[in-house]
Amino acid sequence: MSNGPPVRPLESRVHERYLRHSKKFPNVWCAGCGNGIVLSAVIRAIDDLGLDKNEVAMISGIGCSGRMPVYVDLNTMHTTHGRALAFATGLKMVRPWMKVLVVMGDGDALAIGGNHFIHAARRNIGLTAVVINNQTYGMTGGQYSPTTPRDALASTAPYGHIEQPFPIAELAQAAGAAYVARSTVYHARELQRFIVEGLSRSGFSVIEAVSYCHTTFGKQNQMGRATDMMRQIKEQSITSAQASKLSKQELADKIVRGVFADRDIPEYTELYEGIIAAAQAEIAAREEDEPTREPGVPVGEVE
Amino acid sequence: MTARLMQGNEACAEGAIAAGCRFFAGYPITPATEIAEILARRLPQVGGKFIQMEDEIASIAAVIGGSVGGCKSMTATSGPGFSLMQENIGYAAMAEIPCVIVDVQRAGPSTGLPTQPSQGDVMQSRWGTHGDHPIIVLCPSSVRETFELTVRAFNLSERYRTPVILLMDAMIGHMREGVALPDPQQLDVWDRAPTEVPPEWYKAYVNEPQDVPPLVPFGEGYRYHITGLFHDELGYPTQRLDEIDPWLSRVFGKIERGLSEIVDYEEDEHLDRAEVIVIAYGATARSAQRAVKMAREQGSRVSLLKLRTLWPFPEERVETAAERLHRVIVPEMNRGQLALEVERVVGKHKVVRVNRADGEMVTPDQILDAVEQPSVGRGYR
Repeated sequence: MSNGPPVRPLESRVHERYLRHSKKFPNVWCAGCGNGIVLSAVIRAIDDLGLDKNEVAMISGIGCSGRMPVYVDLNTMHTTHGRALAFATGLKMVRPWMKVLVVMGDGDALAIGGNHFIHAARRNIGLTAVVINNQTYGMTGGQYSPTTPRDALASTAPYGHIEQPFPIAELAQAAGAAYVARSTVYHARELQRFIVEGLSRSGFSVIEAVSYCHTTFGKQNQMGRATDMMRQIKEQSITSAQASKLSKQELADKIVRGVFADRDIPEYTELYEGIIAAAQAEIAAREEDEPTREPGVPVGEVE
Repeated sequence: MTARLMQGNEACAEGAIAAGCRFFAGYPITPATEIAEILARRLPQVGGKFIQMEDEIASIAAVIGGSVGGCKSMTATSGPGFSLMQENIGYAAMAEIPCVIVDVQRAGPSTGLPTQPSQGDVMQSRWGTHGDHPIIVLCPSSVRETFELTVRAFNLSERYRTPVILLMDAMIGHMREGVALPDPQQLDVWDRAPTEVPPEWYKAYVNEPQDVPPLVPFGEGYRYHITGLFHDELGYPTQRLDEIDPWLSRVFGKIERGLSEIVDYEEDEHLDRAEVIVIAYGATARSAQRAVKMAREQGSRVSLLKLRTLWPFPEERVETAAERLHRVIVPEMNRGQLALEVERVVGKHKVVRVNRADGEMVTPDQILDAVEQPSVGRGYR
């Protein structure tokens, strides 16, 4: 169900046009991390759409995902924990023609930033949020996050986790986001396609990228190496079409991939242009009514 | 421009528009709400934008985002919201993003007395965010001054690439006075310095030759990185001492070298011959003004030094003004915050504090008592 531009055939050196040559590499991520796959999908999506790099911003919060923007040759901002969407909202308000990508982790977007997440969705402001869901706080060493499954072990849940996880895509959908999709780091091309679609929509789009953290969560829960965790994601995941035939019990440990919402809802900054037009029309009408009024008396005069 | 009756919060909103502010993000809170309400109506009239965010943390974040987009941006709040904003105020200081934060102080801590004035955030405005950082804090004591200092807050913020805090109080914010606003054409409005180099040479955090490198808005072909981490001249994270130290020297240095422009106070003509001076700011300066007038009528040689810049503290002026004196009276609507700074500069034995933190104004009589009977004025009453 792709309405956006087609995903181009794989080009192996596309990153050279999007990574910063002045940046000191290597990156901060552990070998085998899924974040590189998400970065690759983002870069390829931008390339598929042929966007002008000058008009694309990438904004992140704190955590492993927070380090993504520094490597990319875009307008990039690494903000505070949980607040990336709020910073991005301000930028989008004053530069509505820019494509503003927001990259977050599950703790970043849904714990400390949960309020901003649901309100950005409710407002339907034209940002594209890519949420990398690795079910843990990787950078700080594997504490439980808002998406950690029940009964899992975490460094702050040494006796097992007793909270239920947030389903990110379903939450975004319920909160009003225009476009919501979920894929995984195993399904890199599908992830790329969903990001293409998200970036092509005018409203708030959320792409959940299910990933893993083999160095913290995986180790604590004896899930093997990065490749083992990748294999598990592959085996656990099904398409939304397959999911529709399964019972609730059968779905319990499945990762459902697909597009959950793709709706035409008016975008916030476009609506705000209407506010400006209405305010200025009101001023014009008032000036017509009182053409001889002394300058500078009430509102409307100070420029 | 003709005179009109105006509220302090309204003067702040109008001052922002006159200064070129075209983006406001905020969250309702007494006694600052009028600023948001007025700007929600006024900004779109001048092509600007207003947004009510989901909380104060989001408000200051959006303001920083707006400023990164090249738009003069502001938020307004009171104590509880100001506390929530602190982390991102530090981000603006670290990333050197100009923005104006208005705090219309109410009595606290916590929910406190929402409708009653206070000057309890003097230290929070200086040290509220974690870590060492430079900051500029301005404090108006009348409706007209609120307009002027709002314009000045934007000017200093843009020129020094720093967050500037306008520290109002519920008395000034809600008070109405007849004011003739300056003609917008005559206003001195400073804009962000443009860069003179092409994108490939641009460094958003270059340490030389100027101590305030130009900040280019996102979306104009200069693709660079902004972070709250310590960073090198390109904005990339660093832990290298040879990159951290020059940054520290520059960001503290830019404010220190600008002191003569940033520091602002008002003194009367009696200051040099006075035996006692009152150092006051904000609404309390109005009581002090009255007290000094009454004391002079009774023959006391007393004078008022009214501070309009609280931070950086006008250390030099306070020091020279108090040199010959035995007594410096510092009335404040708190338990003694700026008094600590005055004591540091002039010596503790010279300072008479007049404090109250119960949501009521310090009265002229309280200050007059301290002028006439030094022992009475000391401490919280």
